[in-house]
Amino acid sequence: MADAQRATEEWGPDQRAGRGPSPARPRREAPSFRAPTDENAAGRESSAREPGPHSSVALQGLGVSAGSTAGPALRMGRAPQLPASRVVLDPEAERAAAREALRLVAEELAQRAERAADPAARAILEAQSLMAGDPMLTESCDELIAGGLDAAHAVHAAFTEQAEGLRAAGGYLGERAADLEDLRDRAVARLLGEPMPGIPDPGHPFVLVADDLAPADTAALDPARVLALVTARGGPTSHTAILARALGLPAVVACPGSASIEDGILIHVDGAAGTVQLHVTAEHVAEVRERAAADAAQAARGEEGARGPGQTADGHRVPLMLNIGSADDLPADAAENAEGVGLLRTELLFLGRHDAPGLEEQREAYARVFAALPGRRVVLRTLDAGADKPLPFLSLAEEPNPALGIRGLRTARARPEVLETQLAAVALAAADTAAEVWVMAPMVSTAGEAAEFAARVRAHGLAKVGAMVEVPAAALRAGQVLEHVDFLSIGTNDLGQYTMATDRQCGELADLLDPWQPALLDLIAACAAAGRAAGKPVGVCGEAASDPLLACVLVGLGISSLSMSQGAVGRVNAQLRRRTRDECARLAEAVLAAPDAAAARAAAESAG
Amino acid sequence: MPERTVTVASRTGLHARPAALFVKAAAAQPVPVKLRVGEGKLVDARSILGVLSLKVGHGTAVTLSADGDAADQALDVLAELLARDLDAEPVDG
Repeated sequence: MADAQRATEEWGPDQRAGRGPSPARPRREAPSFRAPTDENAAGRESSAREPGPHSSVALQGLGVSAGSTAGPALRMGRAPQLPASRVVLDPEAERAAAREALRLVAEELAQRAERAADPAARAILEAQSLMAGDPMLTESCDELIAGGLDAAHAVHAAFTEQAEGLRAAGGYLGERAADLEDLRDRAVARLLGEPMPGIPDPGHPFVLVADDLAPADTAALDPARVLALVTARGGPTSHTAILARALGLPAVVACPGSASIEDGILIHVDGAAGTVQLHVTAEHVAEVRERAAADAAQAARGEEGARGPGQTADGHRVPLMLNIGSADDLPADAAENAEGVGLLRTELLFLGRHDAPGLEEQREAYARVFAALPGRRVVLRTLDAGADKPLPFLSLAEEPNPALGIRGLRTARARPEVLETQLAAVALAAADTAAEVWVMAPMVSTAGEAAEFAARVRAHGLAKVGAMVEVPAAALRAGQVLEHVDFLSIGTNDLGQYTMATDRQCGELADLLDPWQPALLDLIAACAAAGRAAGKPVGVCGEAASDPLLACVLVGLGISSLSMSQGAVGRVNAQLRRRTRDECARLAEAVLAAPDAAAARAAAESAG
Repeated sequence: MPERTVTVASRTGLHARPAALFVKAAAAQPVPVKLRVGEGKLVDARSILGVLSLKVGHGTAVTLSADGDAADQALDVLAELLARDLDAEPVDG
């Protein structure tokens, strides 16, 4: 159930990577890459694999999105750090420098606006360009310089003050605060001679290298320009990994050595093996890109053959549903081709709001999704928020350990009326449309919680109620939970986090969060068995469902439907249609017998 | 001082794109133009932050003022702009 949206909530819309320490995600300096002779680094490197030149080295990270590509590396620009203030001897020169920096920032944004193909993106860039040249800010910079500040500090202070004012105003103005901070960082970077913060825009394709990526950074990411992603931190369910899979970009995360990658060098990224080969030749780049294009063409042909409903080679139906955050995420041909929605996240409506969205607003948003899928199943997840993804109107206290605190369904203990309004809106929207609406709660831990939720949902006249399984307790007692609800949906990312006692944001422990961990698969198997016994469906809506081979294992374990991002459906179906249900079951058996995640994956690969 | 009072026609009011178009047009005028709502605070029409801070909604009457030789002409241009629904106009290249 980790997904881009959820990551957005966890990090907050304004906590951009490179913006300095954030309370939600403590920043650690990534250890720097060491020379090949260093014993600590020996395990991280292997000699370059053919057909690369032997002089290059390869860094090892965690491959989270398969595919192989190569090109020049460019680092994500960090927010500049202000040095100590200088004593100003010539205020006129400082004023001129500040104005020139702001003029250049405005000009650059205006140029980008002209190049932007999307009218919405163009409007944003144009407005940002105007803000950079805003006379109010220029005057306030002049005053600060007259008061003794140097240009960089004056720009920083003027923009920060204005941004704080906007944030306090809230609403549309509040949303502009992040724009101003962006402009501030750009202007200060110019004044200090540092690289521009944010995603580089060199005008040619490149591999984006970063410490980690935040949702705000990646919103501007152009998949036509970015070849692959390499990050020092992150894990298999981090935002970077999810985004990469959604866009079909090869990605290597948890690769601390990547901190040493210099801008402009040619690198080869293998998102399956998790390797990043440095200093490859231009010929090698051309060869890799050619092969990648050929592979992509072949994969497209394979997926073409796998159109139609999800099923195994012997015709066992496994609905392949979509994970979405709003009607905007539905593909244009959803009405004809989508089997349904397996996870409709509803947080988007609530995000960044000081008041809960009202009944009518919610009804309209849900009805847009339902109306797009007449006769199809739409599984709606009730509000999944908490102290780790704070919503101001919930006014929850700060918690020392938010992942273990009041989140998901637990927020209804304190604010039941928020859930009640949401369920009323869902019921109204469902009554207006022809979709088959199922409703489920996030973070159910006990059969008692499931029973209480089911009673609430049914009181609104909604027929199908389910519980998400993200807490190991719910998986272990799946049979009892199913006595009260009609279906289960397993959120493998959170279930993995809680099973392995490993924070989803902890890059160093990424191996423990591997969805192939046999303990996680044991819990999934227990849920599937409970579903079979009760004659009720048990689906998976976590990232595990979008790994084509693992999807076959899940079907073999008895999972009845899989939900994933649109981009994964073709790949998963292509694999599924290659195997019979019995073959999937044998795959699952082999995987459960494996001692660890790597062995489990290897067992599936050799069996399949 | 010459003034024009005009009702903002854009559906979203003076936000986002309409605000940007207005500010750009104001910056292109030979004289500084001020904007206010009723007898509220005066903001520089060339300042996007100032204009946004007025939170002008659709159908709100705003007053433009300017001084100098070209004031009347500048006010006419800007008043005409505000009287159009800028949200309805296509975004050109």
